[in-house]
Amino acid sequence: MSKGRFGIHGGQYIPETLMNAVLELEEAYNHYKEDPEFNRELTELLNDYAGRPSRLYYAGRMTEDLGGAKIYLKREDLNHTGAHKINNVLGQVLLAKKMGKTRVIAETGAGQHGVATATAAALMGMGCEVFMGKEDTERQALNVYKMRLLGAEVHAVTTGTATLKDAVSETMREWTRRIADTHYVLGSVMGPHPFPTIVRDFQAVISREIKAQLMEKEGRLPDAVLACVGGGSNAIGSFYHFIGDSQVRLIGCEAAGRGIDTAETAATIATGRLGIFHGMKSYFCQDEYGQIAPVYSISAGLDYPGVGPEHAYLYDIGRAEYVAVTDEEAVDAFEYLSRTEGIIPAIESAHAIAYARKLAPAMSRDQIIVVTVSGRGDKDCAAIARYRGEDIYE
Amino acid sequence: MNRRIEEAFARGKAFIPFITCGDPSLETTEQLVYACQEAGADLIELGIPFSDPTAEGPVIQAANMRALSGGVTTDRIFEMVERIRTKTEIPLVFMTYANVVFSYHEGLGGQKTDAGTERFIERAARAGIDGLILPDVPFEEKEEFASACRKYGLDLISLIAPTSKERIARIAREAEGFVYCVSSLGVTGMRSEITTDISGMVELVKREKDIPCAVGFGISTPDQAREMAAKSDGAIVGSAIVKLCGTYGRGCVPEVREYVRRMKEAVREAERG
Repeated sequence: MSKGRFGIHGGQYIPETLMNAVLELEEAYNHYKEDPEFNRELTELLNDYAGRPSRLYYAGRMTEDLGGAKIYLKREDLNHTGAHKINNVLGQVLLAKKMGKTRVIAETGAGQHGVATATAAALMGMGCEVFMGKEDTERQALNVYKMRLLGAEVHAVTTGTATLKDAVSETMREWTRRIADTHYVLGSVMGPHPFPTIVRDFQAVISREIKAQLMEKEGRLPDAVLACVGGGSNAIGSFYHFIGDSQVRLIGCEAAGRGIDTAETAATIATGRLGIFHGMKSYFCQDEYGQIAPVYSISAGLDYPGVGPEHAYLYDIGRAEYVAVTDEEAVDAFEYLSRTEGIIPAIESAHAIAYARKLAPAMSRDQIIVVTVSGRGDKDCAAIARYRGEDIYE
Repeated sequence: MNRRIEEAFARGKAFIPFITCGDPSLETTEQLVYACQEAGADLIELGIPFSDPTAEGPVIQAANMRALSGGVTTDRIFEMVERIRTKTEIPLVFMTYANVVFSYHEGLGGQKTDAGTERFIERAARAGIDGLILPDVPFEEKEEFASACRKYGLDLISLIAPTSKERIARIAREAEGFVYCVSSLGVTGMRSEITTDISGMVELVKREKDIPCAVGFGISTPDQAREMAAKSDGAIVGSAIVKLCGTYGRGCVPEVREYVRRMKEAVREAERG
């Protein structure tokens, strides 16, 4: 069996044309992750450019309102570009530059990863092309404008369901066309090895900070850590340094869309099964013949039929739990956090907030929940207004 | 090595057409197989459509979508192959994606087993299929498919690409049936020119193993087929044929027959040197 396995999951199921590219990437990553100069540069970018460390905020009014566990919010929404995506992108684009690449390509769903990649490319003087499902370019028109403003070329993908999975497929196709000068900045903990490991390592800064910040504020570990899961990068980043602390519950919140008993869902662990797609073995929403299912969520960033292989593994061994949150619950939570704490979360992150609203009242007041707010919700305001029947456009 | 595949190359340089099953219908696909054989095809690649074919260009992607929306399933394709096998011994190889094999007939609802691969390959062998090409399964991942293929007498065809370089020797040593030489970077589709050093790739293979090498990706004209076949043991053509199917629909059979006849003639010219 190949490298890059998490239990039975992971691997490198990609065309031969790309094999030397991923092997070269793995070699470069293994070199630079131990390189003090690389790490110094990356830390400086994360701190001075992206605004790390992000805050761990005690959500007092939410805690009081729910009447159970104390709730802390890990504020990845306060990062430059407004989401956790920048953590991974700064690492990968810096790595690509060290490897001598001059051009980066990326897929994007909600547009956050595309904006982050376009930002890092502008900062480091690299060419940038972003592939985005046509449906998503319409749902997230503002992010398309931002990417273009930052100097990136945005390609609207019209194949398949014209959403995130098709954007990933098209970016992979583009990479096989042009490899020598190009790095594929994969946006989540998915795809062929070494991407799930590289992206996890760059996102693990989230849990490293949570651990230190909560130790300072409360002198102890949290009882539960919650994060939304599409591919699962902010979730694995939030979980990673707690995996060895078995008393900390790790809870990933998947997008149930209109419900896990309907066809309009993107909750992979709840409704999918083992498969091989987009370079990895993991769980996927699919039919009895292995055709990938068209999935649905109000959130463009969670609208993906698979999940990263490390999540599939954490689920298999029972270390992490995965719950499904509907569109309606997520929109309620979007409005709830806005009114209660004055924080407008990304609709993706609102899935985790929604589950915290169920979980906290069932826990005692001396327990602690940390919820990662993976991004800010400005991008979603017009879509949520439309969901509630208000016809506004940004 | 699978007997029919061995014979396909024993007769000389091979012409290998690719057809997407069920585009526009399985009845048409069956007629296309007979037409290709009459026109001189030595081996036929049958594409099982996949919802997300990441190695395909726009022409074959569109054919996959047409076939799937027409209701084609893997089971109906197996039944078609059984019908074909009562009439002809032409070597038939499936080309599809890992998940179509791996997830064949797995129960829905969170089932976590991976018995689909053996179930698929056993069924394919019973239907009369001779080999399997999986463009998203590289050397490092082939064993979970190769072991079932060996058990049921199918050849798992290995691919090499212009980027493979030092990997070619390792791939060639374990290759079975024939080696699929990917002519160019990128996805499937017609190209105006092929700039890769095909002779160099073929030479690296033959240095390790006496196995036929067929060149695919980008070939559409008789000139290209002649040139590629001259440097190897055969030429594979997909998108140009699939495009005829897309253009002519159910009326594509005579068009494809005539096209294959011209391409096979070009390959024969390469044989004569």
